[in-house]
Amino acid sequence: MAGHSDSHVHPVSLYTRTLWWLMALLVLTVVAGYIPNVPNWLGVVIALTIAVWKATIVIMNFMHVRFSGKLAWLFAGAGFFWLIIMLAFAFADYVSRPWEPFHGWPE
Amino acid sequence: MATATYTGTEKPNYLNWKTSVASWLLTYDHKRIAILYLVSISVFFLMGGLAAALIRMELATPRGDLLTSDIYNKMFTTHGVIMIFLFLIPSIPAVFGNFLLPLMIGARDVAFPRLNLLSWYFFMAGALMVLIALFRGGIDTGWTFYTPYSSSFAKGEVSLAIVGVFLAGFASIFTGINFLVTIHKMRAPGMTWFRLPLFVWAMYATSLIQVLGTPVVAITLLLVAVERTFRIGIFDPNLGGDPILYQHLFWFYSHPAVYIMILPAMGVISEVISAFSKRRVFGYHFVAFSSLAIAIIGFLVWGHHMFSTGQSMYAGIVFSFLTWIVAIPSAIKTFNWMATIWKGRVHWDTPMLYALGFMGLFVIGGLTGLHLAAMATNVHLTDTYFIVAHFHYVMVGGAIMGYLAALHFWWPKMTGRMYPEGWGKLAAMLVFVGFNLTFFPQFILGYMGMPRRYHSYPEEWAVLNVLSTAGSSVLGLGYLLPVIYLTWSLKYGKVVTERNPWGARGLEWELVDPVPDPHNFERTPIVTRPAYDYGHPEEPTGFVPKPRPVVVGGKDG
Repeated sequence: MAGHSDSHVHPVSLYTRTLWWLMALLVLTVVAGYIPNVPNWLGVVIALTIAVWKATIVIMNFMHVRFSGKLAWLFAGAGFFWLIIMLAFAFADYVSRPWEPFHGWPE
Repeated sequence: MATATYTGTEKPNYLNWKTSVASWLLTYDHKRIAILYLVSISVFFLMGGLAAALIRMELATPRGDLLTSDIYNKMFTTHGVIMIFLFLIPSIPAVFGNFLLPLMIGARDVAFPRLNLLSWYFFMAGALMVLIALFRGGIDTGWTFYTPYSSSFAKGEVSLAIVGVFLAGFASIFTGINFLVTIHKMRAPGMTWFRLPLFVWAMYATSLIQVLGTPVVAITLLLVAVERTFRIGIFDPNLGGDPILYQHLFWFYSHPAVYIMILPAMGVISEVISAFSKRRVFGYHFVAFSSLAIAIIGFLVWGHHMFSTGQSMYAGIVFSFLTWIVAIPSAIKTFNWMATIWKGRVHWDTPMLYALGFMGLFVIGGLTGLHLAAMATNVHLTDTYFIVAHFHYVMVGGAIMGYLAALHFWWPKMTGRMYPEGWGKLAAMLVFVGFNLTFFPQFILGYMGMPRRYHSYPEEWAVLNVLSTAGSSVLGLGYLLPVIYLTWSLKYGKVVTERNPWGARGLEWELVDPVPDPHNFERTPIVTRPAYDYGHPEEPTGFVPKPRPVVVGGKDG
C-alpha cells in the first residue's frame, strides 16, 4: 500500500540526538523563564515557540512522521489544525471578555 | 492455560471454535471483543438505569422524601457518569463497529487486533475505578466534573473516578485509531470509498472525533485531579486558575462526544432503513459526507454550553451561529432517510420500528437543540428540565434507539438465533411510548422554570413529574424485555440457517456464514457492486474467489 515507507532501520543515533535536543530545549525553557524584565506576552511567545519546537521533534523523529507517507502527514497535520481550532476559539473568548481581576490572581 | 478447541461436527464458527474462558479473555478476534464489550456495557446500562429509576422515584412526589439531597446528587452523578462514559460512548462503536467493520469491508480483522483487546482491558480497568469511586461513598460533581467544585470542594473519590474516565477515554482512542487505519488500509479489492456501507462512513467520522477530541478531555480531567491532589492552580480562581478554561477544554471534547454517540446510530439507521425499505439509501453521497460534516462542524460549537457561565458575549454569538449550521447535515440525513422510505417496500420488523422511532425522537431532540442554540432562549432554559429533556431525546431517543435497532438487526448474525418477533415489536412500542411519556413533560417543566439537579420542587409541577415517573416505568419495562427475550433466544430462539434472513445487501449478509467463521471469509472477497444495490437482487455485492487450482507437473515439472 502506498503511504507508508517506514521499513528501513533507523540508527540509534537518531534517537539519542533527538533526546539531547529535547534536553537542551528543556534547559532553554527554564533559562527563558528566569530572564528578568521580559514582558508577559513575550514570555508566553518564547515558551510556546520552544514547546512547538519540541513537539515537532518528537512527532518527526520518535513518531516517524518524517519517514511516513502523505496520509500520516495529513493526520498529523489535522491534529495540529484541531489544536489551533481549540486555542483560537477559546482565546477569542478571553480577548473579547471584559476582564475583572479576581482575588488571588497575579497582578 | 489449556484451551478447549473445537471438536464438533458442524462447521466451526467464532463462537464455538474455542470455548475456554481464556480463549475469550485473550482473544484477538474482533467479533469476540465486540461480544466482550456487549456483555460489559449491558451490565453498566442496567446499573445506570437503576440510578435513573431511583431519581424518578424520588421525583414522583414534590417533597424530597426518598433520597436526601446529598444522596440525590450522588445518584444523578452515578447515572450520568455510567451512562455516558461506560455505556453510550462505547456502545455502538465498540460493539457493532468492532463486530461489523471488518465484515463490511471484506477484511479478516481490524488493523491492530492486540490494540483492540487492550482497548477492552483499558475500558474495564477504567470502569472498575469509576465503580469503586461510586461505591466508596460516591461522588456528587455531576458527570461534567465542573471546577472549582470538583477540584477544590467536592468530597469523595473524585480523583479515582477521573482516572477511571481517563482510562476509558484511552480505550475509546484505541478503538478510533484502529477503525481509521482499518478503513484506510484493509478494504477488500473493489471496495472503493463510495461503495462503503454508510455505517462505515459513520464509524470513520466517529473515529475522527475519538482520536482528535478524547485526548483533550483526558488531559483536562487529569489536570482536575492534579489540582485536587497537589493544589496546583489551574482551574480554581483561589489558586490563580480559571474555571471557564475548564469548561472550554471539557466541552471541546464533550460536545463532539454527543456525536460519538449519535453518528454511529445514524449509520445504523441508514443500514436498517435501506434493508427494510428494500431501496438504496437516497442521496448516498450526501449522507456519507454529512457524517464528516457533523464530525468537523461539531468541533466548532462547544461554546453554546457556556452562554450563561461567563463566556464573552461576542464568542457566544459566533458559537450560536455555528451551532445553527451543525443542524444542516443532520437535516440532510433525516430528509434522505425519509426519501429512502418513500415508495419503498417497507417491512415493519422490529429493527425498522426502532429506526422509525429514532427518526421521530431525534428530530424532536435536534429541533429543541435550536432553541438552545439561540442565546436569548438559552439563557432562560439553561439548567432547567428543558435541557434534560433535549439531551435525552438525542442521546437516549437517538443513540439508544439506534443501538437497539442494531442489536435486533444483527442479532441473528451475531448469535445464529432469532428472537421472538412479537416480543421485539412490543418492546419497541413500549420504549417509544415510555420514552415520550418520560421526557416530553420535562420540556414543559423546563419551560416553566423547573431547575435540574434538585430532589424537591413546588407542588404545581407535581402532575407533570408524576407523568414523567410513570413513563419511566414503562420505559424501564421496554428496556427489560429485550434483556429477557434476547437472553432466552440464545438457548431457545429459532436457529438461523440462512446467511441473510432479512434479505439485506452487504458483504456481512451475502458472503458471511449465518454465524461468522473465525476468519470471516474463506479468502479475501472481491467487491463488484455498490452498497445497497436492491435494484439488482440477482447481482451479489461481491464474491469470494475460488482457490487457484494446484498445478502438478507442467512443462517445468
